[in-house]
Amino acid sequence: MRLAWPARWVVVVAAVLLAGCARGPDVAQGLNDPYEERNRRVHEANLKLDRAFLKPVAEGYTQLPQPVRRTLGNVAGFLALPRSIVNDVLQLRLDDAAHNSMRLLVNATFGLGGLLDPATEMGLEHRATDFGVTLGVWGVPEGNFVMHPLIGPSTERDTVGMVVDLALDPLAWAVPDEYPYIVLGAKAAAALGQRSAYGETVDAFLYGSADSYAQARLIYLENRRFEIRGRKVLGEEEQDPYAELFELPYAE
Amino acid sequence: MQSFSSFPMRSDLTRRGFLAAALGAGALVALPAPATALTQGEARALIDRAIAEINEVINSGRSREWMFARFEEIFREYADVPRIAAAALGPAARTASPAELRAYTDAFARYMARKYGARFREFVGGRVEVRGVRSAGRYVEVVTTTVLPGREPFEVVFIVSDRGGSTKFIDMVIEGVSLLKSEAVEIRAMLDRNRGSIAGLIGDLEKAA
Repeated sequence: MRLAWPARWVVVVAAVLLAGCARGPDVAQGLNDPYEERNRRVHEANLKLDRAFLKPVAEGYTQLPQPVRRTLGNVAGFLALPRSIVNDVLQLRLDDAAHNSMRLLVNATFGLGGLLDPATEMGLEHRATDFGVTLGVWGVPEGNFVMHPLIGPSTERDTVGMVVDLALDPLAWAVPDEYPYIVLGAKAAAALGQRSAYGETVDAFLYGSADSYAQARLIYLENRRFEIRGRKVLGEEEQDPYAELFELPYAE
Repeated sequence: MQSFSSFPMRSDLTRRGFLAAALGAGALVALPAPATALTQGEARALIDRAIAEINEVINSGRSREWMFARFEEIFREYADVPRIAAAALGPAARTASPAELRAYTDAFARYMARKYGARFREFVGGRVEVRGVRSAGRYVEVVTTTVLPGREPFEVVFIVSDRGGSTKFIDMVIEGVSLLKSEAVEIRAMLDRNRGSIAGLIGDLEKAA
């Protein structure tokens, strides 16, 4: 689907306004999960879908020759770069913008238009980011936790971010109508590549956890907040995150 | 990072202010000498040694069981296992008997060694590099990058502390996700499943991973 320019802007402006209205405590602490009951049902459905479809297909995907899988992964990563760069600029993280732009340049030329990835070997790994992080950097509240069908864990803020990224993607403006299929295909390949590369780890996490929903929620929120803080581990919070560790009784 | 407990930490500023006030008042009472703070060098040396030992095990080519036993020894040597286990258990640590807490801590150490040992085994052919050290309040962060062939490099930060009496790591934070918090979710879910029974939790831990 290709939107005309004015339509794109309507989507972006509406989404940003919507994000501005997102309620919930501003402090990115604790959990906002009032939809937990519904979210857990969606999570269960996603697990069924993974068992029935994604996992077997990902296992089939590993049958493809390694160079083919690597190339598909490279292309998907390359197509995501312009989005990262636009958001780096919007976040005023100009060092990341420069880093990702250098990566784009190296892989567009020496990497034969993104088929190869010589940049990572040069220390120019992809510092991926998106409009959800941009909204967070701008101070828009996180909103509630949401588990989407197929897509998985998100927040209200990140859901808005996803829509804006689709509308704002600079590639979508530059590439002709076939673009949606190229991008969808690359994204699907990337998702499969991830599911197969991390197969054992994903299985252990999805099917070995005592409460995989609670794990997915924790991991998602912690990782997103870490990206928004600028990848700082211990923030400048007032509270000592490890206070309890030194207060509880323990086995001597 | 989301806090484990609601006890506020006195900021460095407050402590310095207190000290200055005490000294300024010409305190006659001898203040206990402050414990020498953990240096970045000490924290880094600890993690360097831990990583070297882990790499040795990964590349040893020995059996799974042998590796898991070694991972448990390494975990006990370099991490503050008793406190990590208690923090993962949470408030239930206050009501458990000392014997229960000991048995649970042992089961926890074996469970962690199996669970994360199975992941470490995927690191064959990869490398872990210490990239930097930062001081954060009373803790030192040792930042490492794990590079595995054909995968995006990822960041693991070890949180090192000497508050427990000896220098140990108390958490590993993987791409911003605290392993301690993740295990707290896991252990407390298992405890709930066993209606608060520590013996039941231990049984689940022995079966898990």
